[in-house]
Amino acid sequence: MFVLENGAKKGEEQRLQAISQAIRVVPHFPKQGIMFQDITTLLLDHKAFKDAVDIFVDRYRDMDISVVAGVEARGFIFGSSIALGIGAKFVPLCKPGKLPGEVISEKYVLEYGSDCLEMHVGAVQASERVIIIDDLVATGGTLSAATRLLERAGAEVVECGCVIGVSDPKVGCNKVNGKPLYILLEPREVENDF
Amino acid sequence: MSAYKDQDPRLHGIKTKIRVVPNFPKSGIMFQDITTLLLDPKAFKDTIDLFVERYKGKNISVVAGIEARGFIFGPPIALAIGAKFVPLRKPKKLPGKVISQEYILEYGRDCLEMHVGAVEPGERALVVDDLIATGGTLCAAMDLLERVGAEVMECACVIELPELKGRERLNGKPLYVLVEYMEI
Repeated sequence: MFVLENGAKKGEEQRLQAISQAIRVVPHFPKQGIMFQDITTLLLDHKAFKDAVDIFVDRYRDMDISVVAGVEARGFIFGSSIALGIGAKFVPLCKPGKLPGEVISEKYVLEYGSDCLEMHVGAVQASERVIIIDDLVATGGTLSAATRLLERAGAEVVECGCVIGVSDPKVGCNKVNGKPLYILLEPREVENDF
Repeated sequence: MSAYKDQDPRLHGIKTKIRVVPNFPKSGIMFQDITTLLLDPKAFKDTIDLFVERYKGKNISVVAGIEARGFIFGPPIALAIGAKFVPLRKPKKLPGKVISQEYILEYGRDCLEMHVGAVEPGERALVVDDLIATGGTLCAAMDLLERVGAEVMECACVIELPELKGRERLNGKPLYVLVEYMEI
C-alpha cells in the first residue's frame, strides 16, 4: 500500500514530496535501460532523511514489532534507525560469507543467475513480529527471500517497508509472499537536476 | 581515547553484548561480532547515545560511514546530530560520479569510493565504522574526505583492537572508541 493512498496525514504530503525530490535518478545504472533511484542524495538532506525514518517509526511504533530486519546494505541505512525509533532489535540480512556465526541461507533468482541472503541462527525467536526494510522494491525477489528466512525461523513477518516501489500491481510488486508492502514513493522515471 | 577507560556505566552492557567468533573469516582471527549488540535495543541505543553525546553541538555536518557495518551505526548518529550521512562504498556500488581511494590489505588491495559532490570543502566530518583493526580502511576514508576539502574531526568506532596499532596509522587524527578488545 502506498502512504498517500492510505490517507496521508496533514503535512505528510509535503514531507513525501520533499523526500521524493531529494532522490536522484541516475540513468542506465547498473546497465542500459535502468533508471536507478539513488537514495544517497536523500541522506544528504537531513530533514528529508529524518522525515522518511519518522514516517516508518510512526507507522510501526504501536504495532508490537520486536524485530526490524534490514537487507544489506541500503536496508541497513534506514532499518537501524527505524529499529532504534521503535525500540526493536535490528537484524541484518547479509550476502553470503559476511555473517560470522551459524547462519540460515535462502537462495533467490535474479534476472541472470541467482543470489543468496543469510541470517544468524538465533537472532529471531519463533513468533516474534518482524518488519523487513529495504530502500527499494522492484521484482520483490530479495524481499521474498528475506521473508522466507524469517518465517523459517518461526517469526511472523507483519510487513515489508520500502522507501521506493512501483504502485501498478501489473508492473510492480504490491505483496511479498502474501505479506503487505508499505511504500513511501514511486520511482521517478525522469533524470532530475542534481 | 577510549570511553571504556572513563567507566561510563553503559559501557559494560555494550562490551558484554559483543560476541567474539573465533577463526572467522580465517584461522587465528577472533572476529568481533556486533550483530549480537544490535539484538539488545537498550545496549544498541546506549552505543548510539554515547557517540551522539560526544558529537552533538560540535558543528559537525558530515557523518561518513564505511560499508556495510558503518551503515548501521553512522545514520542514527547523523540523524541525531543534524548531519548528512555519506556512505563510503566498495567499488561500483555508487551509481553517480565517484572518487576512489585504494588501500593495502594484508594480502592485496581494496578500494573505497565516495560520490562527487556529497561533501563540500570546509565541512567538518566524522568517519564511523564498527571496528578499527589496522586502520587501513579508516585511512582510506579520511583520504577521500580530505581530498574534497573536508576536515576530518575524528574517527569513531565501537571497538578497537589496540594490538594492531590502527590508532598510530591515523596520521595524528583523533580516534574515539567505546571498547577495546585484547587477546590476552
